[in-house]
Amino acid sequence: MGVIRRHGQFVIRVNPILCDGFGHCAELAPEIIHLDEWGYPVIDPEPIPLADVGALTSARYAERGCPRQALFIERIPEPGAR
Amino acid sequence: MIPPRTLPRLFAGAGERPNSLTQHLDIFGGNSRVEDPYAELQGSGLLGRGGAGFPTAKKVELLRTQRGHHKFVVVNAMEGEPAAHKDFRLLSTNPHLVLEGAEVLARLIGADRIAICVARDNPTLVNHVERAVHERARQNSRGPAIDLHTPPWRYIAGEESALVNWLDGRESLPQFRRHKPSILHIGRGAALVDNAETCANVALIARYGAQWFRSLGTSGHPGSTVVSITGAVVQPTVLEVNVGTTLRAILESARADTSPQAVLLGGYGGLWVGPEMLDAPYANDALGQAGLSIGAGIVVALPRQACGLVESHRVVRWMAHESARQCGPCAFGLPAIADDLAHVIRGGRDGVSARTRLEERCASVEGRGACRHPDGVIRFVRSALAVFSADLDHHLAGAPCAGARDRQRYLAVPSLEKEEELVWE
Ligand SMILES: Cc1cc2nc3c(=O)[nH]c(=O)nc-3n(C[C@H](O)[C@H](O)[C@H](O)COP(=O)(O)O)c2cc1C
Ligand code: SF4
Ligand code: SF4
Repeated sequence: MGVIRRHGQFVIRVNPILCDGFGHCAELAPEIIHLDEWGYPVIDPEPIPLADVGALTSARYAERGCPRQALFIERIPEPGAR
Repeated sequence: MIPPRTLPRLFAGAGERPNSLTQHLDIFGGNSRVEDPYAELQGSGLLGRGGAGFPTAKKVELLRTQRGHHKFVVVNAMEGEPAAHKDFRLLSTNPHLVLEGAEVLARLIGADRIAICVARDNPTLVNHVERAVHERARQNSRGPAIDLHTPPWRYIAGEESALVNWLDGRESLPQFRRHKPSILHIGRGAALVDNAETCANVALIARYGAQWFRSLGTSGHPGSTVVSITGAVVQPTVLEVNVGTTLRAILESARADTSPQAVLLGGYGGLWVGPEMLDAPYANDALGQAGLSIGAGIVVALPRQACGLVESHRVVRWMAHESARQCGPCAFGLPAIADDLAHVIRGGRDGVSARTRLEERCASVEGRGACRHPDGVIRFVRSALAVFSADLDHHLAGAPCAGARDRQRYLAVPSLEKEEELVWE
């Protein structure tokens, strides 16, 4: 942790079975996580560059702050790179 | 012995009663076997018959490279779709073909156990399968052990991860999987889940080879397939057809209405198509170009006098009940989508705003369940809105067709409360 990888992208994903819909994550990462009308997180599936330090920090907050451990960050390698 | 290249294949030797092991060997040949069943399976291009149409050889390959013992082959004959009867008919005709196919798969992946799963709600089927399993255990003691499992029937019980959960001693609820395709496990053993009809085809391929198998069907979707036809038919019918024949020919052979208002393809997680699709080849490669597939081989012909929207609403309402309610978007989203559809059908000013909301909710819920149940419902709803768009306008204008007022319903929905039905006085 602490090392910021500048290459590649990430998405934040949710395990909908674990998620309880109290919506804590949307407070921790308001720029990437919104809530639907029932309070469950809606996450833009568009990958975010790892170089976007602000977004990555928020995503990590949400991941660690989720009381159900339902969120996880998934790295996506740059297209072409491996 | 190489059997003729024509139909029937899977239903060869069909009689009143399920064929016994001795009859089975008479019909399909005592010891006809190809040399390398794995190569033949790869060459066959067999697509899974459980709904997703995924190449069976690819699944087998994934399991073959898994280390460890105690792998499982799971035969999925849960038949969750209310309009489907194909696995029931297949197992009531040639149960040994299905079991033999499962044994071939077990050898290919190195599994020592086979679990065949049949819903306990169908005691006739349970009986047939039980008998066949015993017969095999008595007459051929070599080979993997076959166990019969009978989870309670519900729509999602046949979803592969739910089935595996059940076999592992948990409730039959779908699992969340980070990546797909992923390997499912029972205890520590990897499991290959295949539909009953898929297994029967594997048995035929291991007997007669890929070339024989490909002599029916299309290049992208080879073989024959079993179709359940309901709706505007004299009698619900199960037919084995050549993949690539037209929908119209299927309706004809089933003695169904050959000029229906619309046809439901694939089941309640499938899609409505209009009469312009009747002459399209019934095969995934051809239908795929229009975003369609044969799904689990369900064809429902909607009679001209029926209201497609009212029928669709009943299905959606029931599918909402069938949510496992593990995931918020599915548990709350599907009932809300069913409500919206009811408002649209009732029409008026409310209906217009409900229509917008319905589309928004479909977009919001899509892809957010652990399993594909909600996505199936959403596909179904969208196709209903598109295929019955002219009726939709009438409903929104407060002037529904006569079919909506008629109380006759054509789509089989197992249970719905009275107040959930839409009726016009
Ligand atoms: C909600 C849901 C319900 C399903 N129900 C069944 C079923 O009743 N029977 C079945 O064979 N496959 C069913 N499937 C498909 C299975 O998950 C799986 O894809 C299939 O058994 C794989 O077999 P195949 O590769 O031979 O097609 C269902 C899938 C979903 C998403
Ligand atoms: S914080 Fe976790 S449990 Fe709560 S709504 Fe967000 S993802 Fe769901
Ligand atoms: S999406 Fe629906 S049916 Fe699938 S696991 Fe979640 S709640 Fe259950």
